[in-house]
Amino acid sequence: MSQVSGGEVPSDGVLVFSTMRNEMLRLEHWLSHYRKLGATHFLIVDNNSDDGTEDYLAQQPDVSVWSTTDSYKASRFGVDWLTCLQINFGAGRWCLTVDADELLVYPDSATRDLDALTNHLEATGHDAFGTLMLDMYPKGPLGQVSFKEGQDPIQVLPWFDGDNYRAKLHPVFGNLWIQGGVRDRLFFGGQPERSPTLNKTPLVKWRRKYAYVTSTHQILPRRLNDVFDMGQGDRVSGVLLHTKFLPNIAVKSEEELVRAQHFENSELYQPYYNALIADPDLWVETSIKYQGTAQLEAMGLMSRGTWNSAS
Amino acid sequence: MSVGVVMLVHTALHRAEQVIRHWSAAGCPVVIHVDKNVDRAVYDDFVNSVADLPDVLFSKRHRCEWGTWGIVAASQSASSLMLEKFPDVRHVYLASGSCLPLRPIKDLQEYLAKRPRTDFIESATTADVPWTQGGLDFERFTLRFPFSWRKHRFLFDRYVEFQRRFKMYRRVPDGIVPHMGSQWWCLTRQTLSAILEDPDRGVYDAYFRRVWIPDESYFQTLVRLYSQNIESRSLTLSKFDYQGKPHIFYDDHLQLLRRSDCFVARKIWPNADRLYENFLNEEYPLKGAEPNPGKIDRIFAKAVERRTRGRAGLFMQSRLPRAGHENGFTSAPYSVFEGFADLFEDFEPWLARMTGTRVHGRLYSKAGVEFEGRQKTFSGAMSSNAKLRDHHAQSFLINLIWNTRGERQCFQFGPTDSQFVSWDLAKDPNAQISVISGAWAIPLFQSNRNFAEIRAEAAELQRIESEHLDALRSPWTKARIRIWTLADFIETPMEALQTVLDEMGAKNLRRVTEAPKMADLNGFGQFLQNLKNQGMHPYLMGDFPTESSPVNDRPSRRKPYLVR
Repeated sequence: MSQVSGGEVPSDGVLVFSTMRNEMLRLEHWLSHYRKLGATHFLIVDNNSDDGTEDYLAQQPDVSVWSTTDSYKASRFGVDWLTCLQINFGAGRWCLTVDADELLVYPDSATRDLDALTNHLEATGHDAFGTLMLDMYPKGPLGQVSFKEGQDPIQVLPWFDGDNYRAKLHPVFGNLWIQGGVRDRLFFGGQPERSPTLNKTPLVKWRRKYAYVTSTHQILPRRLNDVFDMGQGDRVSGVLLHTKFLPNIAVKSEEELVRAQHFENSELYQPYYNALIADPDLWVETSIKYQGTAQLEAMGLMSRGTWNSAS
Repeated sequence: MSVGVVMLVHTALHRAEQVIRHWSAAGCPVVIHVDKNVDRAVYDDFVNSVADLPDVLFSKRHRCEWGTWGIVAASQSASSLMLEKFPDVRHVYLASGSCLPLRPIKDLQEYLAKRPRTDFIESATTADVPWTQGGLDFERFTLRFPFSWRKHRFLFDRYVEFQRRFKMYRRVPDGIVPHMGSQWWCLTRQTLSAILEDPDRGVYDAYFRRVWIPDESYFQTLVRLYSQNIESRSLTLSKFDYQGKPHIFYDDHLQLLRRSDCFVARKIWPNADRLYENFLNEEYPLKGAEPNPGKIDRIFAKAVERRTRGRAGLFMQSRLPRAGHENGFTSAPYSVFEGFADLFEDFEPWLARMTGTRVHGRLYSKAGVEFEGRQKTFSGAMSSNAKLRDHHAQSFLINLIWNTRGERQCFQFGPTDSQFVSWDLAKDPNAQISVISGAWAIPLFQSNRNFAEIRAEAAELQRIESEHLDALRSPWTKARIRIWTLADFIETPMEALQTVLDEMGAKNLRRVTEAPKMADLNGFGQFLQNLKNQGMHPYLMGDFPTESSPVNDRPSRRKPYLVR
């Protein structure tokens, strides 16, 4: 892994960490989304992109880029690359680790920046923040959506599954294990235990000894997975709007099938990728259209805990 | 020049500067105390940044740590300087760098000019208010606190325990009664100077130096010695969460703050550009309007309630209550019917007509979820796939009830269904469960299967239902439950149905006039006898006469019994 570009990493504010491969479609909006939330710098590992992602990133003043051609799978799906950066740049500060297809929202995120959130978390004695990954999809077959580079993906993927999520405690890591959503409903009905994990802990006040286990689903030490309340009350939490289902999903899925770089048992996911390549329609009558953070909060997909509200 | 501002500053100095300019432009002298923890260089820059303003002074710096004497010392020094240098000042307003005036300063000046002898300071005895957090209320006046709560929590706690154990209490100085209240006050020159120039000040200071959180009690206590007219409330809007941490106001609070009619609010988030922009340019005077923080109080009380109680029946990434601590397993009442759909041919549509509720089939059917109208997905995009449901059968029920808040749900349940939620139903106070035990035999009786098969199936179903009934009758049961045997039920079916519907509390429910169509039970008694003859004793359906005489003729009438 070698550094391609990047200026000084500022000494305050939230840092964003990510690995990417061919994300030109989403990149512009993704960067602007997190800039609006007040992220001060991006640290990105580019894994062999050939669509201009690396060059685009290198031109951004607030982005530091590293490049690698190593195997994504062998680096535990990019976790090792990022852990390395987090140790070097993230110790003692709030680090947000998100993929290019994840847009973080939290209660009142339109008016409260990430510093406000981390300040609240610290004031309430927490150093990690939990989120639910919400799969967003269009109405109609996936491939027939028209999407321009740089556009807000939520404009063309405004639909989601309201509440078909199931949560239990993970027996090993003590994290909440949430499954459900549209992929579960359509593609994993026959093997629910393999259905994608939807809980993530993307925002953490980092220390050198910390490490994510698989993606940002689980983190060690176990204590950091404690982002939920086991009594009656609740805590502040957010949602990662997951923009996986843009029109290039079929192409990407074919590529994944060939590269076999995702998950421990890639062959088990073959039917899933095949289903995606077949250009399915994920929308149903009971799908819900995204309207903003207040809606997600009212639906119970996220919560504000003690973070005071204005209404 | 009637109001002077004493401002305690330790961070977000650029915002403090803006607010200082705002006060100063309205003719208020400002004395600033900057925490000694702030760098010398940063301090010097800050002093320079407001050097152009008249009537802005800096007082002697003290080290301010939360909960310690430094904050009181800072207020004392700055107040003394204010009284000494600005003889025209009548009221001194204590503010912090994160306080923001919400109304034109002129409003405040006029308000105070009309109340020249009133001291605005929240001041209450500890015995009468439950404000304090963390178990130290009166003890904060009688114990010693040499260790920092923030940095040496362990020593802090141990030393408190130690003093309690050996009853090492301090004496409160004669003549004062400890009072507490918000740190942010507005006092008249007379009262403030009396406190600062008190001949016994040395005694009081020595005492309060060791009191826990003296900034909430020093002035609040001593003001009782001198004030002619205490208005026990703070002019600064300041809210605390359930842990005693101050709430922060953000841009989204703009309208709420505006409607509060309060003079000053804290704490304001330093990046809340909209708030600073709007309130520092606020031009509309509210004349003599009284501050009205009531609405904010209500909203914040709701937030505390939510934090401590959560939303009943919601399980999500930041709320996963342990079993038994849920404050409601589900979010709303619902009804479970067992055996009714076996006994009545058109029970579901009939129930929907009679009650106007959402009536599902057998939600836990092994073949797949029978949502109302047998939809493939239901509210919240819940899938009818049985495997997904059974992967977490509790979540399924919780989600269904959560997704349909505001509309009562009814569903069928029985021994042929997957039984994972059997205990959850029994323990849920929101569940209304009505059971006709043994009714599962009716479909067997009507079926065209070999008798040996039927016999095996009947034995299995009887075992399952009996286990389920044990759960319903256990001491842990919290659901509202009625159980009839099949024989009892068909004695007086209409009465029984009426009872169940009444308990559902359906609105506008009239007497049940239209009956659902009951299955033809001619020969059912003999069917049961045949099972017995094969050595399988069906007992859950009650006593059926062997002859197929009309069942309504049975002489004895037993009442249905009610469990809880």
